[in-house]
Amino acid sequence: MSNGRFGIHGGQYIPETLMNAVLELEEAYNHYKNDPEFNRELTELLNEYAGRPSRLYYARRMTADLGGAKIYLKREDLNHTGAHKINNVLGQVLLAKKMGKTRVIAETGAGQHGVATATAAALMDMECEVFMGKEDTERQALNVYRMRLLGAQVHAVTSGTATLKDAVSETMREWTNRIADTHYVLGSCMGPHPFPTIVRDFQSVISKEIKEQMLEKEGRLPDAVLACVGGGSNAIGAFYNFIGDPSVRLIGCEAAGRGVKTPETAATIATGSLGIFHGMKSYFCQDQYGQIAPVYSISAGLDYPGIGPEHAWLHDTGRAEYVAITDDEAVNAFEYLSRTEGIIPAIESAHAVAYAMTLAPQMGKDKILVINISGRGDKDCVAIARYRGEDLHE
Amino acid sequence: MSNIAKAFEKGKVFIPFVTCGDPDLETTAAVVRAMAAAGADLIELGIPFSDPTAEGPVIQEANVRALSGGVTTDKIFDLVRDLRRDVTVPMVFMTYANVVFSYGSERFISTAAEIGMDGLILPDLPFEEKKEFAPLCAQYGLDLVSLIAPTSEGRISMIAKEAQGFVYCVSSMGVTGVRGSITTDVGAMVRLVKAANPGIPCAVGFGISTPEQAAAMTRVSDGAIVGSAIVKLCAQYGRESAPHVAEYVRQMKAAVSAVNS
Repeated sequence: MSNGRFGIHGGQYIPETLMNAVLELEEAYNHYKNDPEFNRELTELLNEYAGRPSRLYYARRMTADLGGAKIYLKREDLNHTGAHKINNVLGQVLLAKKMGKTRVIAETGAGQHGVATATAAALMDMECEVFMGKEDTERQALNVYRMRLLGAQVHAVTSGTATLKDAVSETMREWTNRIADTHYVLGSCMGPHPFPTIVRDFQSVISKEIKEQMLEKEGRLPDAVLACVGGGSNAIGAFYNFIGDPSVRLIGCEAAGRGVKTPETAATIATGSLGIFHGMKSYFCQDQYGQIAPVYSISAGLDYPGIGPEHAWLHDTGRAEYVAITDDEAVNAFEYLSRTEGIIPAIESAHAVAYAMTLAPQMGKDKILVINISGRGDKDCVAIARYRGEDLHE
Repeated sequence: MSNIAKAFEKGKVFIPFVTCGDPDLETTAAVVRAMAAAGADLIELGIPFSDPTAEGPVIQEANVRALSGGVTTDKIFDLVRDLRRDVTVPMVFMTYANVVFSYGSERFISTAAEIGMDGLILPDLPFEEKKEFAPLCAQYGLDLVSLIAPTSEGRISMIAKEAQGFVYCVSSMGVTGVRGSITTDVGAMVRLVKAANPGIPCAVGFGISTPEQAAAMTRVSDGAIVGSAIVKLCAQYGRESAPHVAEYVRQMKAAVSAVNS
């Protein structure tokens, strides 16, 4: 079996046409990840351009209102482009540049990863093409405009369910067309090796900072870290440096959509089974014949039928817990955090806020909980207003 | 010697592909019988997958038509049982790793062998992941066909040495689909295969649709594989596809056979 296994998960289940590309990427990554010059450039981009380190903010009013654990918010929403996605993208585009690539391609769901990729491509003078499900281009028209404004070409994907999974499939197909000058900037900790490892490493800055900031503020580690999970990149970033600290509970919050007992769900751990798709062995929402299920969530960023292989392994070993949060609970949390702390979270991140609202009151006042606010919620306002029966016109 | 190896013993081969259940399994049965009667040397039966990442639009759409018609792996096994009452041409399944894995790898592979399938082609199973299915294929006597691509270069020798049945040479970059011209030096790919494993046949697929292309590819290899051009006929003629596919296979087989002489 190939490298890049997390327990039984992971691997490289991709067409032969792409094998040399991922082997070349692995070799380049193994070289540059230990290259002081690469790391100096990346740190400078993260700090000076993206605005890192992001704040670890004590949510005083939320803590008082829920009456249990002390709640901190890791403010990835304050990064340039408004989400954690930029951490990975700056790393991958810089790596692609060092590899001599002149063009990047990417999939996007809600558009956050596409916007981040278009941003990094503009900054580093690379050609950029983004593949986005046609349904998502309509739901997130503003992000399509932002990508074009940044100089990217956006392709509306009409195959399959015309959402995130189809955007990933189409980007993989495009990569098999043109490999020599092109890097595929995969947006989550999924796909064939070495992507799950590369994305995790570039996102692990989140837990590295949480750890340092928490030790500085509280002199100890948190008792729980919560993050939303679609493919799982912000969650693996928030978990990674705590995996070796057994006192820290790691909790991933999946999108249950209209409920895990309905077909309109995207909760992979709760409803999926072991499979092989998009280059990896992991858990997927699928039928008994292995046909991938059309999943649903109010959150376009969590609307994916699989989960990254490292999460699948953290689930198998019990090191991390995964809970499912419905649209209703997420929308309530979206409104709650806005009113209570004056912070509008992305609807994706609101899934983690929702579980914190359940968990914090069950924990003692001497306990500490961290929620990774992976992105900001401006992009979601029209959709949430519609969910509440209000039609906004921009 | 496997049935697939025997098919290549007689000379240059023509290998047509069909997506099972497009638009229904009765049509597929008629199309496969028509292909066999028209001289197909080996037939690829595509088991549809919801998200076929190596396919272009033509076969993607065939998969959608087949799945929305309710076709399943079990129904395709029944189709093969029926075909094997009279069709003796070697047949291989072409599908994706998850279709085999989710059925239960051993259950899938043992059933496929038992009902008379000869091999398995999985475009998302590169050399590095072969162990997922290769031991079971060996145990039950199914050839697990390896693919090589224009980007394979230094990998060809390693892949060819362990190849079974035949080596599927992917002629072009990108996904399946009809192409105006094929620019890859396929002959050089085939020579690398033969240098590493002189006994293994090589058939070329991806992008071939005309008798001229099939002849050109067959001059530098052992055979030609055609998928999208046939699936297009099935899309055009629906339940009436069989005679049209038969006529097409006859032309292609003639073009390939002419290379023998």
